[in-house]
Amino acid sequence: MSDSTSGRRPLAPRGEAARSLTPPLADARPAAVRPESAADAAPLRVGAGTKSRRGAEDPAIVRWTLIALAFLAMTILVVIPLANVFYEAFAKGVGTYWDNLYNDPDTLSAIFMTLKVAPMAVALNVVFGFAAAWAIARFRFPGRALLTSLIDLPFAVSPVVAGLLFVLLFGLQGLFGQWLREVDVKIIFAWPGLVLATTFVTFPIVARELIPLMEATGSDEEVAAVSLGARWWQLLSRVTLPNVKWGILYGVILCNARAMGEFGAVAVVSGRITGQTDTMPLRVEKLFQEYNLPGAFAVASVLTLLALITLVIKVTLEWRTRRELEEASRLRTLRSEA
Amino acid sequence: MSITAKNIVKRFGSFTALDDVTLEVGGGQLVAVLGPSGSGKSTLLRIIAGLELPDSGTVLYHDEEVTDSHVRERNVGFVFQHYALFRHMNVFENIAFGLRVRRWPKDKVEHRVNELIQLVQLEGLGRSLPSQLSGGQRQRVALARALAPSPKVLLLDEPFGALDAKVRTELRQWLRRLHEEIHVTSVFVTHDQEEAFEVADQVVIMNHGKIEQVGEPGEIFEHPANPFVMDFLGDVNVFHGRVEGGRVMLGDLAVDYPDQPHQEGRTAKAFVRSHELEIARSWNGRGSALKAEVVQVNPSRGVVKIRLISADFGLALNVDVAWDRFADLRLSVGDHVYVAPRRVRVFVEDYAI
Repeated sequence: MSDSTSGRRPLAPRGEAARSLTPPLADARPAAVRPESAADAAPLRVGAGTKSRRGAEDPAIVRWTLIALAFLAMTILVVIPLANVFYEAFAKGVGTYWDNLYNDPDTLSAIFMTLKVAPMAVALNVVFGFAAAWAIARFRFPGRALLTSLIDLPFAVSPVVAGLLFVLLFGLQGLFGQWLREVDVKIIFAWPGLVLATTFVTFPIVARELIPLMEATGSDEEVAAVSLGARWWQLLSRVTLPNVKWGILYGVILCNARAMGEFGAVAVVSGRITGQTDTMPLRVEKLFQEYNLPGAFAVASVLTLLALITLVIKVTLEWRTRRELEEASRLRTLRSEA
Repeated sequence: MSITAKNIVKRFGSFTALDDVTLEVGGGQLVAVLGPSGSGKSTLLRIIAGLELPDSGTVLYHDEEVTDSHVRERNVGFVFQHYALFRHMNVFENIAFGLRVRRWPKDKVEHRVNELIQLVQLEGLGRSLPSQLSGGQRQRVALARALAPSPKVLLLDEPFGALDAKVRTELRQWLRRLHEEIHVTSVFVTHDQEEAFEVADQVVIMNHGKIEQVGEPGEIFEHPANPFVMDFLGDVNVFHGRVEGGRVMLGDLAVDYPDQPHQEGRTAKAFVRSHELEIARSWNGRGSALKAEVVQVNPSRGVVKIRLISADFGLALNVDVAWDRFADLRLSVGDHVYVAPRRVRVFVEDYAI
């Protein structure tokens, strides 16, 4: 009953006993080591697993048939039409191609309209998308589930219907039509309408990209930043934005591709005024209807080229965002294990 | 800088996380808040930090009331269980963060960060990203980052929880030495009693949103205030019995208990730590002992853990035996032995229960 001397005592004897390990008991030691050697064996077992899986794979003929089919479909549906766009565009020589693009003021105006509308729509999307993603990923509030599903709505609604919605709101006969005429602001049949319609149609892209990323990243770093004295703008610019920068960039690229290619919604709100509110896709269709095939394909080739560039950037960014997500989810599993 | 939390109450919906908790931490002390999960220990820490606001009660730093001030203004260093390092910043920038947001001049930042990198022994790793570091290194970066702006208090939320056992032991001894060097008032939360007892000057034991006991590690270990603390400290055998006439009757086992001389019997719980039970091959009849059969022998760190069943009493017992004693006894499964307590702690139950 008097084996108590100091407060730290309960911890000390363990070390002493470990040092005075007596020979008869030494054989008990390997038992303590065993768990480690079992862990060492684990990778070996994984190796054996991959080997046995090879036996469960499909026979070579099935594999090669499927691969050949996939390549065939890709060639017929993607590669040939794409190549054909450039072939047709240049069918009458480079000079005609250049003429069709540069010396047609209506085509030129359509290209500039697209280059004006798409970046504006993208910018609006980044701001709204980031705000929505922040709200959904960081806060629990009533209506959160509703907001999450509403974000997807623009993808579900047909672009033509989306365009019509804006006409019904901002058109001359629309809800705000009278008031807009009084303050002399033109939205429908003018570029603001194009921006609105394009923004609506592409809205889910940036938010969809950021929500899983921000949820996976968690708010720990932000809390840490605040505890270190960061103000909200420092938090945003030094912690939150840098953490999702690749996700944002990826969203921007996708959104930009979709914005430049948008047809339905833009066709409705623009009124398709040649030389004024036409965008590139609208111009392609118009030239095609006028039997100006080289002209149509010339504009189409520019759109296609932009798409190809987008694809390259997208693949690069995908690789980077995947790494971000992996890092974030790795931290998460670590967290849940602990 | 001392910390006082007075009558803190915090509820989450219908769950009471903290039920009128009062805690005082002396300036320069290193205090561990120990408790099972859900005991409110992390909530208390977050309230002290200002990451959470109490429903009622006050928090004082020294004599200054900070209950309603934002975590930003409190100048605390907070270390998170999962480090929460800024993943896109290297070690240097992570540590510099608290200084940069305070707009320290560049040369002073550089000087201070280098000083801290040295303090946490991470020389040469300033340009590494957190993902390139081991768990122990990351936690040291987190600590350096928290210490950089010279906080008034350092708060650590399960700082070693995510690390493996070996690194954890090293790091807590290192934390102890670090604290002796810098002497900033520190509170850390843990569910690992060994960690709390090894590192802290004072241990606070919490359960169900209340503080069960506060004291120095030795004091708590020697004089547990109540059955919860006794049980929570672990490695303990619980006997249910009666106290009467200055003795505790635990089935066949009778132990002197002078604190309760009344003849009137009362139900009681008796606790015997597993290292306070004696195993013998034979019994000379002095005092009382239980007959028991060995059912399991587990060699472990420092001791051999022996599990016995007392058939008469219908009770499983855990006994820790030192290795040399174990060698003398030559115990193996199936042996019949005698078990006697060297020390019993008795808690008499209230009539109210």
